[in-house]
Amino acid sequence: MALLEVCGASWGSQVSCGTKSGRRQDPGHYSFSLRTPELAVPRGLQPPEFLCSLEADAANQVRIEMAHGTTTLAFKFQHGVIVAVDSRATAGNYISTLHVNKVIEINPYLLGTMSGCAADCQYWERLLAKECRLYRLRNGERITVSAASKLLSNMMCQYRGMGLSMGSMICGWDKKGPGLYYVDENGTRLSGTMFSTGSGNSYAYGVLDSGYRPDLGPQEAYALGRRAIVHATHRDSYSGGFVNMYHMKEDGWVKVESSDVSNLFHEYLKTQG
Amino acid sequence: MSNPPFSRGETSSYSGLSSVCEDWWRLGPRKRVKGGGSEWRERCKDRRRVGIRGTDIVVLGVEKKSVAKLQDERTVRKICALDDHVCMAFAGLTADARIVVNRARMECQSHKLTVEDPVTVEYITRFIATLKQRYTQSNGRRPFGISALIVGFDDDGIPRLYQTDPSGTYHAWKANAIGRSAKTVREFLEKNYTEDTIATDSEAIKLAIRALLEVVQSGGKNIELAIIRRNQPLKMFSAKEIESQVVDIEKEKEEAEKKKSKKLI
Repeated sequence: MALLEVCGASWGSQVSCGTKSGRRQDPGHYSFSLRTPELAVPRGLQPPEFLCSLEADAANQVRIEMAHGTTTLAFKFQHGVIVAVDSRATAGNYISTLHVNKVIEINPYLLGTMSGCAADCQYWERLLAKECRLYRLRNGERITVSAASKLLSNMMCQYRGMGLSMGSMICGWDKKGPGLYYVDENGTRLSGTMFSTGSGNSYAYGVLDSGYRPDLGPQEAYALGRRAIVHATHRDSYSGGFVNMYHMKEDGWVKVESSDVSNLFHEYLKTQG
Repeated sequence: MSNPPFSRGETSSYSGLSSVCEDWWRLGPRKRVKGGGSEWRERCKDRRRVGIRGTDIVVLGVEKKSVAKLQDERTVRKICALDDHVCMAFAGLTADARIVVNRARMECQSHKLTVEDPVTVEYITRFIATLKQRYTQSNGRRPFGISALIVGFDDDGIPRLYQTDPSGTYHAWKANAIGRSAKTVREFLEKNYTEDTIATDSEAIKLAIRALLEVVQSGGKNIELAIIRRNQPLKMFSAKEIESQVVDIEKEKEEAEKKKSKKLI
């Protein structure tokens, strides 16, 4: 398996007494992950089996649900792509922070959103940013959105079944026009006009579907994205904090706003009632 | 050192190949390093190849060696398509070229799969050049004994022509020739390559044939021609088409000479 080769652990290896065996088996601390990215795994451990044992152990009622606790959305319209995310990070029932940045700015023409396991998202998307930069240096032109999302999807495919949790949307503007791709920890890669990920995505889809038109003006589009996130955070306990909104234009992205959802919700109540 | 492996008299390159490999292994490590550049280019003194980059067309012309009576001509291919929009002609060891072409074809498809875009001519040239360089810097291996001319169109419709060396360097050219007496052909191209001569497709094709006719003895029979037009796949010319082009060129030559002689009178 690719992972076993990468971290130097071999199939069914015994704990070796000698520290300096002929072939380099244990990556060790000082050279770990320096040349090629590595994941550290204890000897003899098979991640897929380990995960199965956790999920399927009904007798001991141990269930680990890899849920994506957030709301992120993105949609294409005539003036580009709107990206809107919430900013709440949770650990079970505990809200760890309301100020997470769930959008990674890969380069002035590429954005990636994060939902799922915060560590996985941050690590793999930063790795993607490194690959995008190397592509730019080697080939003299910026990477396309389809290629960037393909790279991320291939990374996910390599570690499929090993417990990664990541739902991401890669948005950008390249020579083919505005691009929007949804990439999953299963290696799913979909191109589309509108996506929403996370535990609050159903609420966001409801608002988006009822208000979306391809010929929206920029202000109307901001209002739509804002409203979708606010209503999702109102009903979904794992989403909240701020609405961070970006607008991907032909000459790059701009950060539109970062507004508190509770203030926005009270404003909506006033206008309604 | 013994004679270069490819001389006009040889009908098979078998003995040539073994002598090249033997020489490589006989040379000590120091001499091998020195020989990385010019000596290996000497090995590629094969029959001539000509490449021309026009405004809407790229042309590859190749001098065929005369085949034995019983040999099937179609199996002797010196122009290979790497993808729909890129092709290459090589001079040197055919067996080495087979490996390089195979790797390049795989890389074209792999690139399409990962990046969802066809390769640019520069990318595949860089890949081939990196592959060649790797073999000049590892132990137990000898360099690929081929020089290649890689032509094609990029996605944005711009035609390109690149040349690679056994050392792994590559350069872009407007028109170039490789193989034996490439200098003569290159001088001819330098004199005759103008914006007019490459303005139309037919003119560019004629220029390539004229460049080869300068050095090829037996005329149109020993020339192989391939063109790529923008957004169209590789087209190999049949013997008849080449003959008709050669006849046209001869006519033009005669008319030019008649005009000259008239002026003198």
